[in-house]
Amino acid sequence: MSMPVPVLDQLWVYLSASPLLHLLVTFLAFMGASYINRLLGGTPFLHPVVLTIVLIIAFLTLTDTDYATYFEGAQFIHFLLGPATVALAIPLYDYRERVRRLLVPILLSCVAGIVTAVTSAVGVAMLMGASRETVLTLAPKSVTSPIAMGIAEKLGGIPSLAAGLVLITGSIGCALGPVIFRLVRVRDPSVQGFTMGVAAHGFGTAYSFSSIGAVAGAFAGLAMGLTGLLTAFILPPLVHLFGL
Amino acid sequence: MPLIVGMSVLLGCQFLGEILVHGLQLPVPGPVVGMVVLLVGLMINGRVPTGLRTSGEGLLRYLTLLFVPAGVGIMVHFDLIKADFWPITVTLVVSTALTLAVTAKVMSWLTRSIPKDPRDEWREERS
Repeated sequence: MSMPVPVLDQLWVYLSASPLLHLLVTFLAFMGASYINRLLGGTPFLHPVVLTIVLIIAFLTLTDTDYATYFEGAQFIHFLLGPATVALAIPLYDYRERVRRLLVPILLSCVAGIVTAVTSAVGVAMLMGASRETVLTLAPKSVTSPIAMGIAEKLGGIPSLAAGLVLITGSIGCALGPVIFRLVRVRDPSVQGFTMGVAAHGFGTAYSFSSIGAVAGAFAGLAMGLTGLLTAFILPPLVHLFGL
Repeated sequence: MPLIVGMSVLLGCQFLGEILVHGLQLPVPGPVVGMVVLLVGLMINGRVPTGLRTSGEGLLRYLTLLFVPAGVGIMVHFDLIKADFWPITVTLVVSTALTLAVTAKVMSWLTRSIPKDPRDEWREERS
């Protein structure tokens, strides 16, 4: 009975080193998470993306695999994020008349959203006694990760942690979005999508496409791009107001 | 072939975006500029080619899946988050809730007087 163990061991060493395993794990976890979410009646508190991430982290911890090894397989999925971001131009083009009609409200609510996100993040973090470094890392949390990392670095925060906090913000946004929309009684899909894009960047955009609809997705994509662009300019002077 | 053409258009726009970002030292990621490039291209072209629509909408349908590899990266930051756990958690929840509420309220207030285009309903049905 001692034979199969070394064989399995060797097989595991071979498989865990090839990108195939973690690519497959990502797909299987996503399918499993979507299934579980459907069983639970599509609750926003266990969004499939969040659940997938939890499942994969559990798997990696159990198999004692580090993130770099996982990413060797998962990078093939990650790469598609680039062309997918470019593809956001398609729904935006489809709804261009509505975007043109709403141009002024779009710009004004985007600025209102950014100012709220930054002042509330910096204000609450300072009240809670977070370190200066953590406060500066939290400031760009609503912006898509590559932009957030750049901003955090410029301010004196921790870029890699900023990227992590952006992801958590995205998940929180997906969970809170439907609740908040009910509370403030906002039903318009373009307003809902736009808001998700401002507060929860790419996660909010993906959520809008999958759970609200194509119009919401188009507005969310627009909001994500616009928020990233404007935050890079608005945030540094705003943070100075707090004496940081 | 249309799928290949569509994918090439998307990658080509991303490529142009990366070049523009590095050439002009823009503070935004290449794909975001690539999105602007494609939008301008579509406006000039006047319609979305079938192949581009098929590949683009295929990617967007699974946008949530594409965020998973980056999301798993959170495991690298567990120690940093643990050091400031409560300030970080409370800040993220409170600030995200406020941002959602303010943005939604401001935008629906600003758009209250703008008449709805009756064709919007039809487009939503179709999509």
